[in-house]
Amino acid sequence: MSLEPGRARPEPTPETRHFWEGLRQGKLLLQRCGDTGKPYFPPRPFSPFTGTRNVEVFEASGRGTLHSYVIHHRPVPGFKPPYAIAVVELEEGPRMMTNIVECPQTPEALVLDMKLELAPTKMDDDITLPLFRPAKEA
Amino acid sequence: MIRPGEIAIVGAAESTRIGAVPDMAQIMLHADAALNAMADAGLKPGDIDGVACVGPMMPQQIAHYLGITPKWVDGTGVGGCSFMLHVRHAAAAIHAGYCKTVLITHGESGKSRVNGTLRPAEPQSLNGQFEAPFGPMGPPTLFPIPVLRYMKTYGVTHEQMAQVAVVQREWAAKNPRAAFKDPITIDDVLNSKMIAYPFRLLQCCLVTDGGGALILTSSDRAKDFPTKPCYILGSGESVETTMVSQMEDFTSSRAFRVAGPEAFRMAGIKHSDVDHLMIYDAFAHLPMYGLEDLGFVKRGEAKDFIWERNTAPGGKLPINTNGGGLSYTHTGMYGMFALQESVRQVRGTAPAQVPNVKISVAHGVGGMFSASGTVVLSNQRP
Repeated sequence: MSLEPGRARPEPTPETRHFWEGLRQGKLLLQRCGDTGKPYFPPRPFSPFTGTRNVEVFEASGRGTLHSYVIHHRPVPGFKPPYAIAVVELEEGPRMMTNIVECPQTPEALVLDMKLELAPTKMDDDITLPLFRPAKEA
Repeated sequence: MIRPGEIAIVGAAESTRIGAVPDMAQIMLHADAALNAMADAGLKPGDIDGVACVGPMMPQQIAHYLGITPKWVDGTGVGGCSFMLHVRHAAAAIHAGYCKTVLITHGESGKSRVNGTLRPAEPQSLNGQFEAPFGPMGPPTLFPIPVLRYMKTYGVTHEQMAQVAVVQREWAAKNPRAAFKDPITIDDVLNSKMIAYPFRLLQCCLVTDGGGALILTSSDRAKDFPTKPCYILGSGESVETTMVSQMEDFTSSRAFRVAGPEAFRMAGIKHSDVDHLMIYDAFAHLPMYGLEDLGFVKRGEAKDFIWERNTAPGGKLPINTNGGGLSYTHTGMYGMFALQESVRQVRGTAPAQVPNVKISVAHGVGGMFSASGTVVLSNQRP
């Protein structure tokens, strides 16, 4: 799918560049605390659990579940209402805001805890957004 | 160590008008409320030696505009509950001897936007990178993000969530200054315009112009003022995250769970001591989260507590008796108005006065569950 123009465009910083670079290659990169092994998000070069700078970047599975959402009914640049603003809970634990594509934007179709999978969606040459879609049956 | 009741509110007032005030710039809404609060306390700007307000207004702007030379300032800005934090910080500053008489002001041209400010997320901020690209447009799209998870976890129905707005309108009907006073039903709420499912228009706060101000000093001096002192028994504060998508638990606010119990501990009170409660209601779910996170009811019980009219006129725990952000007024940072209503209730001067209020709790939220402040007030010094 392609995105309508007008969406707010993220600008990577030195601390988040790897995340956006990963998405450009279709990968969802998380980080893991070197002390506890726990994954975390959003990206930062230290652990929010212990403060250690010993952290590693790893590729997440891209699988998750629908944790919560709203369906917005008013116009926003880059979006055709009604559209859902959702939060996915990743298999690895962290949650992130996203949109659910390839799915009707209705309460009936958007069922909490439904399985989702990563749908990397290109915004421009540098930015690919981590959108999600209903998981294809295994 | 500061003791319960050591510091008191001796002046409190809102701006002369609230609602639509297009003839006042934002800074004048601050000043109008400040002048009213000084009149309430019988003070002049030269009597004030501490100033607190929240950005975009800076303490130096307010001090200069009003002709105050402060020895202490606080510009803590954590959203709409900043004023609860200002009360807490001002009490500590007076206790420490940094200053004697503190003025806390709020003014916001939320509706008319006369020198108001709108702040989109910077594209390099974490919100700009990890929330803004997915289409949020202000609080109505962000604050309700956790609601469906809360509803699923505790089996809350849409009707139960609508009851919050119905009950608060009953309180607003008793308040001549409330923006909306006509009674509404559950059906009215559920048939109002859809804003961001699951929330409809009548479950979202107003957007108004207005201001408010408070004056604090030590209780030992408080007897010299014209109004009945409103003693600060305790307070609490905390923050969690600016990103609602990153809150630890979508069914509960960590900031609420820190600020509320700390205020109760400091005040040395139990829940059964509380006669009146304000829970900042930017949206209809806030009173439910507040009741549970402050420990007035168990997790998941707020839906029944509100449904059974315990918070309504005549109920055992009156909440948001001015009509709240849903029906009274909501400039953008409503916490000041929650505090004003708590002061009125302990003074015995509220339009919808609850009989025999000795202790009132004002609990605020900042941002989208991003921050919290709680203040316990009483007309009796322990």
